Amino acid sequence: MSENKKEVIFKVEDLCTWFPITQGAFKKVVGYVKAVDGISLDVYKGETLGIVGESGCGKSTLGKTMMMLEKATGGQVLFNYDGEFKDITKFNSQEMFEFRKEVQMVFQDPYSALNPQKKIYTSFEEPLKVHGVKSEKEREDIMERVLKMVNIQPDYLMRFPHEFSGGQRQRLCIARALEVMPKVLICDEPVSALDVSIQAQVLNLMKDIQKEMDLTYLFIAHDLSVVQHMSDRIMVMYLGRVVEVADSKALYDEPMHPYTRALLSAIPVPDIHKTKKRQVLEGEVPSPIHKPTGCPFHTRCPNCMERCKTEVPTLHVQNPENGHMVSCHLYD
Amino acid sequence: MDNREIILDVKNLNTSFVSEKKKTRIVKNVSFQVKRGTTLAVVGESGCGKSVTMNSIMRFLGRNAIVEADSIQYNSLHDDQVKEYHLEKYEKPNCAEMRALRGPEMSMVFQDPMSSLNPVYKVGDQVAEGLLEHNKGMSKKEAREKVLEMFRKLGIPDPEERIDSYPHQFSGGMKQRVVIAIAMICNPELIICDEPTTALDVTIQAQIMELLKAMQVNEGKSIVLITHNMGLVAEMADEVCVMYMGRVVEFGSLEQIFDHTSHPYTQALLRSVPVLGLADGQKLETIPGSTPNPADLKGGCEFADRCPFCTDACREKDIPMFEITPGHRVRCLKFQDSPEVM
Repeated sequence: MSENKKEVIFKVEDLCTWFPITQGAFKKVVGYVKAVDGISLDVYKGETLGIVGESGCGKSTLGKTMMMLEKATGGQVLFNYDGEFKDITKFNSQEMFEFRKEVQMVFQDPYSALNPQKKIYTSFEEPLKVHGVKSEKEREDIMERVLKMVNIQPDYLMRFPHEFSGGQRQRLCIARALEVMPKVLICDEPVSALDVSIQAQVLNLMKDIQKEMDLTYLFIAHDLSVVQHMSDRIMVMYLGRVVEVADSKALYDEPMHPYTRALLSAIPVPDIHKTKKRQVLEGEVPSPIHKPTGCPFHTRCPNCMERCKTEVPTLHVQNPENGHMVSCHLYD
Repeated sequence: MDNREIILDVKNLNTSFVSEKKKTRIVKNVSFQVKRGTTLAVVGESGCGKSVTMNSIMRFLGRNAIVEADSIQYNSLHDDQVKEYHLEKYEKPNCAEMRALRGPEMSMVFQDPMSSLNPVYKVGDQVAEGLLEHNKGMSKKEAREKVLEMFRKLGIPDPEERIDSYPHQFSGGMKQRVVIAIAMICNPELIICDEPTTALDVTIQAQIMELLKAMQVNEGKSIVLITHNMGLVAEMADEVCVMYMGRVVEFGSLEQIFDHTSHPYTQALLRSVPVLGLADGQKLETIPGSTPNPADLKGGCEFADRCPFCTDACREKDIPMFEITPGHRVRCLKFQDSPEVM
């Protein structure tokens, strides 16, 4: 694994996605929601990179910007085309079209991701038609193959979305994303709309598919225990910035950033014999429009120092052995 | 146990919904007790009837709901005097007796704070409404003072300013505090929390849960916590009631449920949750299939189709409750040697 782990498939450099806030009849821009604010990351081939954070931290926007579903305000997203990196933020529509075959997305809500008026067959046929699979026989072969992967019988193709349960629907969404044989799958909260017993089915299935197709996952979720279960590496976000990146085991065993520690301790553990000291964070996430100066987390941080209020910490490698990166003045 | 220790005693509760002339039983023979000053957690997946059970007790259901029960007894304790209320006898959901109970005796915190507040009224007025309704003759000024006091207690910053804000000016966690303030303002003994933190982030969830726990410990309130999060159950509950397809499948103390998990469904539920720090690459256990449609159930054990221990006997008739150890009741034929209870 370590051999091909070194191959970078996605290289994000100083990416910013800002949404303008307008006012008045002339739509004068009065400010920005800085959803993604200067993020750099590498995604390695064949790994699962988990992205966690609370609502409003910009994790979904990051995922969407990496597919150019949102326009980037600044920075670069480089994608590896057989060793050659191309900046997707500068792609024209034809190049973008080709790029979408490489990267696909699975959305949070399986209830709204499938058109309720169309049969599954129609929904599944469309991406294949668009991407130039001409013969009907070939299309049906592909559909059958992806449905088998997600353990759904091919004869269900003639049904409508409402005839499926939530878990089945999410599996259908995954299958549809797999049709064009992508290399990367960006999963935006794929299991948060599902019940626990169904959640486990979908998570196991996703792991199996990854092995089978040698996929790279970007797994975005707010539930740290789910992310930890799925991912090789985890990136923790807070207010549009990366606060910590680490191996999923290292992140759990020795979290460095105070926010990660608080996040870990806030998760209720279904074990009555593990007594742990819970660290409850004061206050709430500040608005991404009026971000605090200095470290974005200093308003809630239990270890806040004077310099945190003015100086923005940078993300740096703390442990070269496992690539544990943290963005905090405590470790300067 | 006498009425001093038990605050809510429900026996054989059945709730059905009528639609298109068809009657579907959603809650089936549910019996449980809530001990005074403790937390009962009601756990189950979506659609298992946990919310409907609590709404049946509070009589918050629509006109197409039929609530039947042998007994729903609420025991209030004021100045060392126990007063019994028999909720099943009230015919109309909005009768005067029921309305007098909701608020000063029992109240409810709902799941979604975004939609349980009225967007066009100031939050202070919404909290004061219940207070003014239940205390005739109280002046608005007095009510405002009480609301401020409650806001301070619940940790809402700058209460003097925030009391005149509208719900959209609050964040999710603060809105949930306002909803809790509405539930708490008349000082009820029993608070039913219906997934109070499902819509909130984990760090905010931790804050709200600390708040509820403090309320219970300091003021001796009784809490019914409806949730699907086993982690929250482990942290909050004294007793646990596991529901599946409208039935209580297992009931017991926290230790009995977590250390001596007996019903196959509870076992599967506990194993399918991803736990932090689990060994790498370990697969989660899954429950095969999905929850059946309540209208299609045929009788026999509801879990039979997904159960690894299912036998023919499981599908024959409804499964009674067996008490395997004192206070630990399981609805499963694996324990049929134990005495049958209700």
